[in-house]
Amino acid sequence: MTVELGHFAVLLALLVALLQGLLPLVAGARGQALARPAAGLQFGLLALGFAALLQAFVTHDFSVAIVAAHSQRELPLLYRFSALWGGHEGSLLLWVLLLALWGALLAWRAPGRLPPAFAARVLAVLGLLGAGFLGFLLLTSNPFARLSPVPLDGHDLNPLLQDPGMALHPPLLYLGYVGLALPYAFAVAALLEGPLQGAEERWQAWTEAARPWALAAWSCLGGGILLGSFWAYYELGWGGWWFWDAVENAAFMPWLVGTALLHSLAVSARPGGAFRHWTLLLALLGFALSLLGTFLVRSGVVSSVHAFASDPQRGLFILGLLGAAVLGGFGLYGWRALQLRAPAPAKPLQLGSRAGLLMLNNVLLAAACGTVLLGTLYPLVLDALGAPPISVGAPYFDTVFVPLMLPLLALLGLGPWRRWDAHEPWQAQRPLLPLALGAVASAVVGALVWQQGLGFALGLAAGLWVLASTLALALRGSWATWRGGPRPPLPRWGQWLAHAGLGLFVLGVTASRHFEQTHEFSLATGQGLHAGALHVTLESVRTAQGTNYRALQAQVRVEGPEGQRWLLQPEKRLYGPRQVVMTEAALQRQFGRDLYLSLGEALPDGRWSLRLQVKPGMTAIWLGALAIALGGGLAAWGRRQPRPQLGQQAAPTGVPTPKEPGTAPPLDLLPPPLRGIP
Amino acid sequence: MKPRHLRLLGWLAVLGLLGLALALLLRAFEQNLVFFFTPSQVQTGQAPEGRSFRVGGLVTPGSVQREADGLGLRFEVGDGAHQLPVRYRGVLPDLFREGKGVVAQGRWMQGEFAAELVMAKHDENYLPPEAAHALEAAQAATNAGGKP
Repeated sequence: MTVELGHFAVLLALLVALLQGLLPLVAGARGQALARPAAGLQFGLLALGFAALLQAFVTHDFSVAIVAAHSQRELPLLYRFSALWGGHEGSLLLWVLLLALWGALLAWRAPGRLPPAFAARVLAVLGLLGAGFLGFLLLTSNPFARLSPVPLDGHDLNPLLQDPGMALHPPLLYLGYVGLALPYAFAVAALLEGPLQGAEERWQAWTEAARPWALAAWSCLGGGILLGSFWAYYELGWGGWWFWDAVENAAFMPWLVGTALLHSLAVSARPGGAFRHWTLLLALLGFALSLLGTFLVRSGVVSSVHAFASDPQRGLFILGLLGAAVLGGFGLYGWRALQLRAPAPAKPLQLGSRAGLLMLNNVLLAAACGTVLLGTLYPLVLDALGAPPISVGAPYFDTVFVPLMLPLLALLGLGPWRRWDAHEPWQAQRPLLPLALGAVASAVVGALVWQQGLGFALGLAAGLWVLASTLALALRGSWATWRGGPRPPLPRWGQWLAHAGLGLFVLGVTASRHFEQTHEFSLATGQGLHAGALHVTLESVRTAQGTNYRALQAQVRVEGPEGQRWLLQPEKRLYGPRQVVMTEAALQRQFGRDLYLSLGEALPDGRWSLRLQVKPGMTAIWLGALAIALGGGLAAWGRRQPRPQLGQQAAPTGVPTPKEPGTAPPLDLLPPPLRGIP
Repeated sequence: MKPRHLRLLGWLAVLGLLGLALALLLRAFEQNLVFFFTPSQVQTGQAPEGRSFRVGGLVTPGSVQREADGLGLRFEVGDGAHQLPVRYRGVLPDLFREGKGVVAQGRWMQGEFAAELVMAKHDENYLPPEAAHALEAAQAATNAGGKP
């Protein structure tokens, strides 16, 4: 019964979403008043439907088709929850639930921050998107379908997904994916409003209001990608953390465009700021890419652990939704863009100014996204045309992506130090020169000491430069506060955290690419050998019993050159009814490097094949990525600055306050070493 | 230098960067495309020598032979029409089985395919699309009555 109630609630939610989508657009002020309650109601109904299915999973109701397909009696409680989004139907329900959650949050936060009519239009766009996906859910992938006869036990959850990281990865990633619908909806609503009086104020209001939402969605997306990558690292048993496969790229492309969007929002939110049309386009593009990702992953075009079923009907439906959202958004843009002409900036864009550098940032990020798109779609297009299959390997992405990122990193260290207009003395940026020289010198020394090539030196220099420049900014900000200056706003700290995280990430990637070692060997029990500086002994192999699997567990002693000893226990697991074999690698995490040991197969003569990987820099990679996501969250959370009343943007005269708190405190507030020599 | 010239220079630099990026992109793309060949195509001499490509098919039952150290091994991949000898060193993926689908990436050297990478996919029932393609192509060729 509960399941049928849930089904009914989701049907009602579709109705509510349609009303939320249409009324504000056609029924004037009265319809607009309905948008906010409708958004709340839609979320409530979907939450009911979701809860009904959760209950079916927890109580092992195998008469529900998706419970039978993705769960079984012995499955631990946590995985019974996550099994709900372990299959196509359930994960799609999660998708629409989270879309409705964003809508409800916006409806809650809107009063006082957004003009009511504008908020209603944004909610209407979200309602239409929700209705489209609810239609998709109910017509092609009903998660509430029952089975008859009822099976005695379920088919089990794919053992790869039985992992805490995997339980959290989809919700967080989806929050990011569907969260990009908010900037999209903001852009569409702004385009719908068309030319009105006071375009300048409305541009600023639009961009300021969209910014926290874009930041929040971007952080969730980054966090979701991080969790997925973290999981792939320890669960797939290969020791890699990024494979450039189509599914990863599908999530990475919206993240790249989202990054570009955040930075272009920063420029266009300024009075008379530049590239506003570009910002609109990015907002549209971000969500279009996230829909493209959904299509790639869910339609079965790409074969991976994410593609649950290749059902052409589903693929066509998502393609239809993608087409409607993209054509709708971009068509509207094409129609309105000329009318929405932004007032010409008072001064032409200076390349050396912060705005100019942010433009370069956007060019590079867009180019990077384009290269990923090409590498991802080209094999699929060829395949669709019936040509023999080809694949674009990781080397392509490495060759193209890294050269695009290096100038980006170089600019990143410089940009936040520059003022918005380029006409300023360089004194305030004096510390940059020693920092840059220091980074380059350390990189050269590092490359010589470790006998590495140019790639290593460039990576090291870029990482150190970004880290040093960002830390110096944070120090300068704190120092100014300590001396009684303005306190840097929370978003500024978010920016610093994310930038420092990127620097750390780059260092980690550089270390892992250049110092990684792989040793493959076979050992009989009791036997040992030297692998690099380490000595490895296979002590025994025994059977072990987990809650829902049987395992062969090897006891491997690894000894370091300075007498360190670790016991690693890699396993081969055999899971439940499907009898699936899985390699469970043993990981010895240390700050500087990870030891990663996977158990291969038993050889005919009783020996075992083993693979030992020494992976430096992994901690820096994870911490860096985490800092990037957290930094975005921090920036979304805090208030940027007290909103100036419309029409009075000039700073109060008298006290020489800087234009933007925290960016560039007056010179006399700086600590002597940062003050430079006049 | 006047500000106008400086600006011009800046824009030229942007254009240059874009051009460079495009050139790099196309070069990398061209070099890193990995083509796919069926065992039949390789055996009839259609695959390039010395360039990395992928082959797929089913591991011929009874063909897996190990070298003394246990890590090096040879096996055959077939598509129903032709067999292709493959040489590989390293730990095999969990789902590598005789009679099951497999995709290998490597080079064709002296009548033997030297694999650098052997892939078998996540799911026990799942046939890698490339392997499925190889079987279909061989099947179609046999049905048409001619050897490919």
